[in-house]
Amino acid sequence: MSAGQTNLVPPARSDGPAASLADLDYSVLQQCMHCGMCLPTCPTYVETKQERNSPRGRIALMRAIADGELEISRAFGEEMYYCLGCLACTTACPAGVDYPDLFETARAEIEAAGVLETPKRNTIRAVLLRGLFTRPRLLRAVGRLLWLWQASGAQTFARRACLTRLLPADLRRLEPQAPTMRRRFSHQIVSPVEKPAPPAAPVRRVAVLTGCIQDLAFSDVNRATVDVLLANGCEVHTPAVQPCCGSLHAHNGDLATARELARRQLDLINPADFDAIISNAGGCGSHLRHYDHLLSDDPAYAPRARAWSAKLRDIHEYLVEIDFRHPAAPSSGADAAAKPQLVTYHESCHLCHGQKVSQQPRAILRALPGVTLTECKEATWCCGSAGIYNITQPSTSAWLQQRKIDHLNATGASVVATANPGCQLQIANGLAVSSQSSTAVEHPVVLLARAYAAESTR
Amino acid sequence: MKFAALLDTLRRTLAPERVLTAPEDILPYGFDGTATLKQRPVAVVFPLTAAEIGATLRLAREHRLPVVTRGSGTGLSGGSVPTAECLVVCLVKMDRIIEVDTANLILTAQAGVITQHIFEAADAAGLFYPPDPGSMKISTIGGNVAENSGGLRGLKYGVTRNYVMGMEVVLPDGSICHLGNKCVKDVAGYSMRDLFIGSEGTLGIVTEVMLRLLPKPADRRTLLATFSAMDAAATVVSAIIAAGIVPCTLEFLDGRTLRCVEDFAHVGLPRDAAALLLIEADGHPAAVADEIARMEKICRDGLATTVRVAADAAEGVRLATARRSAFSALARLRPTTILEDVTVPRSELAGMIREVEEIARRHDLQIATFGHFGDGNLHPTILTDERDAAEMHRVHAAMGEIVDAALSRGGTITGEHGVGLAKKPYLSRQFDDASFTLMRQIKQTLDPAHLLNPGKIFDLVPTDRS
Repeated sequence: MSAGQTNLVPPARSDGPAASLADLDYSVLQQCMHCGMCLPTCPTYVETKQERNSPRGRIALMRAIADGELEISRAFGEEMYYCLGCLACTTACPAGVDYPDLFETARAEIEAAGVLETPKRNTIRAVLLRGLFTRPRLLRAVGRLLWLWQASGAQTFARRACLTRLLPADLRRLEPQAPTMRRRFSHQIVSPVEKPAPPAAPVRRVAVLTGCIQDLAFSDVNRATVDVLLANGCEVHTPAVQPCCGSLHAHNGDLATARELARRQLDLINPADFDAIISNAGGCGSHLRHYDHLLSDDPAYAPRARAWSAKLRDIHEYLVEIDFRHPAAPSSGADAAAKPQLVTYHESCHLCHGQKVSQQPRAILRALPGVTLTECKEATWCCGSAGIYNITQPSTSAWLQQRKIDHLNATGASVVATANPGCQLQIANGLAVSSQSSTAVEHPVVLLARAYAAESTR
Repeated sequence: MKFAALLDTLRRTLAPERVLTAPEDILPYGFDGTATLKQRPVAVVFPLTAAEIGATLRLAREHRLPVVTRGSGTGLSGGSVPTAECLVVCLVKMDRIIEVDTANLILTAQAGVITQHIFEAADAAGLFYPPDPGSMKISTIGGNVAENSGGLRGLKYGVTRNYVMGMEVVLPDGSICHLGNKCVKDVAGYSMRDLFIGSEGTLGIVTEVMLRLLPKPADRRTLLATFSAMDAAATVVSAIIAAGIVPCTLEFLDGRTLRCVEDFAHVGLPRDAAALLLIEADGHPAAVADEIARMEKICRDGLATTVRVAADAAEGVRLATARRSAFSALARLRPTTILEDVTVPRSELAGMIREVEEIARRHDLQIATFGHFGDGNLHPTILTDERDAAEMHRVHAAMGEIVDAALSRGGTITGEHGVGLAKKPYLSRQFDDASFTLMRQIKQTLDPAHLLNPGKIFDLVPTDRS
């Protein structure tokens, strides 16, 4: 095994998504031989020590439903939404159980059965899943309003004047967690087509996916992604308006919308035109990779979806694959001389467990001049962000956040590197109220782009 | 509901949230790590103290509700699978390490502590807890004691029994006993603690254990040898034992198993080998270097196709961890994975392996074999599908023949997994003299009401239902 290169492969997915647990290929359920190796890696099991809150317990419940021994009940619905969907169990599972398929099918069936429905929940789902996160322009408009609120000082004023106390309890809790919007979103700082600066000629052609939250709150990550690709001889195509990848929908039981969004994505970007399609968000990438599975029953899109999945790469994975150029240290004496920096890496669940990309981000961090990578305890544990888990399960989310922050702070690192917007927010929010509030949270490619930029100031 | 009054009292005695009865809550306690066994309990309780367990047992006895004790539910013989209409007493919330006594080299822990955590606590104090069952990352020490679990290091360091100095145990009548102590020598009366080690939850509930620790070996090195035939590997094992070398581990994987392990763990095992030996030596660096060199030579002389020494301790740990996944990794091949645990005197290994292959052929079954060659403990694993009745019929016939083959070679039906339900049909074949009666008399004496894990190890007709 060569250093810096992971040789893990994502588990094979079963054929085609099932409509219900009973329709699933039974061998997917049977694959779990309940050995219990998943238990110590499952955050919810570790929290409660109850089998039902473990992967093996959840699969037992699903199997009981498939066998007709258990109804789809409210308790089952709650259990499947208590699951973080962090997929740590898939890394731990020697038997190779396809938990993502089971998880998505179960949540879809829970939604179809309506066991969790309440007017409030229905409204939130309709607004978020089918309203906001299917309309990229609307999402940007909302992001712009949020930016105005944050940047104009209205937010600060409201907080100081304690006006936020007027908000309903749920919103009051969420208000401080809202991501800070960037002044400029991705399309305002990334051109649809960018080529390496002459005389360098592009040797590869790639498409970059900008994401939803990444686009608004971390547009710098998208800019950095394009920059590091340019620095490595890529012609970079970044469509200005991109649909949401659908991961939020698939993970929350709305597979129909997830499929529709995947089709729009395939309409926008034809994999045949590119050497690779690049994702820089762990959560999105994990879902984007499996378009082949998601659309396997769609004759019109299945071939293109297969080509897409074959070319989908996480940015770190791709950089290592093309043997990225290691940035040179700025010459000594220059202002930009690389200061010694202690960096620790938090693994996004869907990057390490979902995509099995674990060593490549570290390889990038180790290549940075002046950077020493120090490992933190439980680097592969979920930080509690888990999509919208911090909204739906605040207490477990807060427990995981604190556990994560304690481990990160114990390293003494001044920078936490992580490659998923949800993690970045969750960790930044946690650090802000911790003893080491000056610790920065950055995406590895942002650090790499900075190192490339520092080179040219020599 | 039949046991409503009992459950109400249990909720008051323990705490409402530590008594589970909803179908979604208790259904996942219907099985352990054993294939094909499933039975829903009446309720699951989580006691926190021996006193709570005593009270629970008294109540259960009063209501004639059998009790099945459970840790993390990773057993491989059905020892913690519920019996029909029973109360599961789950000890995972009794998870405190009470003391690491470095002056006496003894660690005291509650029954629900995870084996790995015991290893780590000892390690942090510069000490060593050797027993390392395959599931040590999640198995509980209480479960290890109840099953007298072995592991990869059994050859040199023995099994769980060899490390239990003392225990706290709750008897079926709810009374609490403290057996054993911190003394290295102690011959006062019967060695009662030994009666409970490996008793599979049929005699009492172990709530706390006192474990012997060793100084940490200064060095550890791992050797990996592959062979183009299983016989050659078995011969090399005999040669190592005959040369007077006692390695820490001497593990064997057949070709099918090693490919599954490699598919999961990606540790660079050669996929084309027919057999693989994973050998670990530990101790004083000079002794380790000498043993590794001698074993390397024995492997080469024994026609190993490749011999490799792990680069560092980290690689050694990766290889051992990969080996521990063997059983579960085999589940990749067929829907149902039935694990056997026969053990033979080491001189019989090569013959036994050939016989297992012959049985597989005769019954047209896929059987993968791995195991602890150094101590003669084999894990022939039948890869099948429980929904295929015809094939399952052949599976049962093959299991019987494997057991008979082991017994005729002076072996045992189970080396480290316990009898539980899975091996129960074969126990009387092994104990064909007064010993079988003796065992049942002990159960009868300690648990006349047959309250604890009834129907495990052997069947018994109740004589006292007070």
